[in-house]
Amino acid sequence: CAGPRLGAAMMEGLDDGPDFLSEEDRGLKAINVDLQSDAALQVDISDALSERDKVKFTVHTKSSLPNFKQNEFSVVRQHEEFIWLHDSFIENEDYAGYIIPPAPPRPDFDASREKLQKLGEGEGSMTKEEFTKMKQELEAEYLAIFKKTVAMHEVFLCRVAAHPILRKDLNFHVFLEYNQDLSVRGKNKKEKLEDFFKNMVKSADGVIVSGVKDVDDFFEHERTFLLEYHNRVKDASAKSDRMTRSHKSAADDYNRIGSSLYALGTQDSTDICKFFLKVSELFDKTRKIEARVSADEDLKLSDLLKYYLRESQAAKDLLYRRSRSLVDYENANKALDKARAKNKDVLQAETSQQLCCQKFEKISESAKQELIDFKTRRVAAFRKNLVELAELELKHAKGNLQLLQNCLAVLNGDT
Amino acid sequence: MAAEREPPPLGDGKPTDFEELEDGEDLFTSTVSTLESSPSSPDPASFLAEDISTNSNGPKPAEVALDDDREDLFAEATEEVSLDSPEREPILSSEPSPAVTPVTPTTLIAPRIESKSMSAPVIFDRSRDEIEEEANGDVFDIEIGVSDPEKVGDGMNAYMAYRVTTKTSLSMFSKSEFSVKRRFSDFLGLHSKLASKYLHVGYIVPPAPEKSIVGMTKVKVGKEDSSSTEFVEKRRAALERYLQRTVKHPTLLQDPDLRQFLESSELPRAVNTQALSGAGILRMVNKAADAVNKMTIKMNESDAWFEEKQQQFENLDQQLRKLHASVEALVCHRKELSANTAAFAKSAAMLGNSEDHTALSRALSQLAEVEEKIDQLHQEQAFADFYMFSELLSDYIRLIAAVKGVFDHRVKCWQKWEDAQITLLKKRETEAKMMVANKPDKIQQAKNEIREKERVKDFKTVIIKYLESLVQTQQQLIKYWEAFLPEAKAIA
Repeated sequence: CAGPRLGAAMMEGLDDGPDFLSEEDRGLKAINVDLQSDAALQVDISDALSERDKVKFTVHTKSSLPNFKQNEFSVVRQHEEFIWLHDSFIENEDYAGYIIPPAPPRPDFDASREKLQKLGEGEGSMTKEEFTKMKQELEAEYLAIFKKTVAMHEVFLCRVAAHPILRKDLNFHVFLEYNQDLSVRGKNKKEKLEDFFKNMVKSADGVIVSGVKDVDDFFEHERTFLLEYHNRVKDASAKSDRMTRSHKSAADDYNRIGSSLYALGTQDSTDICKFFLKVSELFDKTRKIEARVSADEDLKLSDLLKYYLRESQAAKDLLYRRSRSLVDYENANKALDKARAKNKDVLQAETSQQLCCQKFEKISESAKQELIDFKTRRVAAFRKNLVELAELELKHAKGNLQLLQNCLAVLNGDT
Repeated sequence: MAAEREPPPLGDGKPTDFEELEDGEDLFTSTVSTLESSPSSPDPASFLAEDISTNSNGPKPAEVALDDDREDLFAEATEEVSLDSPEREPILSSEPSPAVTPVTPTTLIAPRIESKSMSAPVIFDRSRDEIEEEANGDVFDIEIGVSDPEKVGDGMNAYMAYRVTTKTSLSMFSKSEFSVKRRFSDFLGLHSKLASKYLHVGYIVPPAPEKSIVGMTKVKVGKEDSSSTEFVEKRRAALERYLQRTVKHPTLLQDPDLRQFLESSELPRAVNTQALSGAGILRMVNKAADAVNKMTIKMNESDAWFEEKQQQFENLDQQLRKLHASVEALVCHRKELSANTAAFAKSAAMLGNSEDHTALSRALSQLAEVEEKIDQLHQEQAFADFYMFSELLSDYIRLIAAVKGVFDHRVKCWQKWEDAQITLLKKRETEAKMMVANKPDKIQQAKNEIREKERVKDFKTVIIKYLESLVQTQQQLIKYWEAFLPEAKAIA
């Protein structure tokens, strides 16, 4: 079956190191602008290996910070370790006031592997050229998915590295430096179930908490905005996905048409057959361009939307945490009043109230800044990606046009 | 294939045949004079006979015998036509299917007409090259359009009437520009008439669009949804292409039936094209009989050219079908793409609305607009894909089926030839001799037909048109994205 074979192929292909990370992937990094500017700590994924059911990322760090033993070093990490890092941030109370960079999605090659398998099974039923063509296509698809997942893991790390507080996190340093296996196993069933319940409780709580009207206008506005925005981004992301997928299917059809025309053209060498051959060539080339268009749309538009879907969720989580602490604060106030009234445990109530107040204020302050940053980042990212999308679309359309016009000139000249 | 067996329309059709007879005579006399083949003479039959003897090479010996046995019409038909009536004779006797050629009077008339039609093409054979050259030089001036589908009537008896407009400078038509209303069964009737006349000779008659009971029922019932409008549009385009292809064929163009179809305001109902009529059932039975025949007739393909061509056509057919399937998939996906783009456009607009940064919000709305325009583009492109490319391919596939029909005819002809040879051996009659002598001519005819020059040109032109449509799409895309770019850059 295709899995291990391709894994080997991947391994060969990726020994080139940083070369395989083309500009598209740097494009994804640039979703969060201003990440490269900090020389004190630079993190990237310099290599990746795809094996049967896991992907191994080589995380490469360059740092001038004193915390690290060396200035430059690399470790190998797997997806689960990224998740562990992310969860440790979430669970850390100190970071309640920050937007925690969203965790990268799990690498999912199942669909692609399935297709490769089907191709292998159907090998007998198609011509050699067709088979090679389709195999190339599928391999390119596999490679594209692979690159994307690498990019997303990288973005996560870069966001953490760029955050003034999070970059100092101890777990993060361990993650970057400790060159042994972190022994982080994936959550087993029991833990997953616990997580599930936790999430349920959290969303129920979120509903209760969101009922509390916020005194602060800024946060109130942000809350309404984020809620709506998040939903709409979700919708746009899904539709954009569908659009790029149908674009890709149309491009694939060009491929098949090209093959059929080629078959027609090779029947004999009359005029019409030469004609067919030329048109078949045209379709092949056009298809490559159309495939690029759909890939670029996918990258610049769909991925952008997907990322901001996750980030807006993270921002929402921040707001939730703040609201939670606000509620706690108010409850503590009420408790204090009651204690004062009964004149019992006043000190205790006072301390707890103090704590809540501090917590709340701390969160509010950092949350404000975070949300403002979020907006700036978002605007910049959209700008960059939309501009790049338009430029790429133009480039491809012009290329396509040129191709078609050339072909037409040749064909018309012949007749 | 059973179309070729379609009997000339009964009942109503009969007077038409008589009309045709007159028309035919007029037609041939006048056109013959136009082409300056020979000075015309009052008696078309004998004139044509003489003419043939001087001009054509094929049925010459047959025509000479024309003058001799005039009493026995069948004999005359046999000798004179030689390409057609042998078909008809055995039809009455040996074919397993029920008699297709019906009433005797029509048969009497039919061969005579056939003879005229058959001789005419022979005359024109020489000048056909001229006509072809004219066609290449674009002097062959006849334009046909099918438009304005209108629903006439109500309920299950409703039908769509199409306006057939002809613009021509050919002198054989009475006016230079005229239009008539026709319904789908009229087209089918025309096709069956042409097929019955010409298919025997080895001409490739362009196939008519297919009947679609489901589609038409929807239209009849009055469903005003997009699928029925699409269906009507498909049919209209197919009918147009059918007529255009038919008139391109120089021989078919001369046919009186075609002229009547294009010109006369009232056309007798071609009842026999109804799916459930008696003739329809006959057709089905004939089709089955033909299939059985095909399986049983084994022909030693002595003519290597034919064998090669047949093989080629088989391959071509397969390839075309595959190509057609791919193009249909493309059409489907493009439609999907268009729908998805529209959905995305709306979503992006909503997103733009909720975005509170003004410049970004504006840019997103612009993006939404661009995507909407692109969606329209995609839709148009899908239409182009479909109407130009895909339909062309299906037409060609049907054409190939027609060609196969010709081949099959040839096989039958060969069988007749075999029979004739046996008859010859047994009876040594003149008729048999004639039949033997005339088979080679028919093959020659078929060979000429299968010459694909025109078809090739047709194909090329359409593909070029299609590519030009792609070019236009790209140009539009460029315009839209160029307009959007500054907006995106303006996000502060």
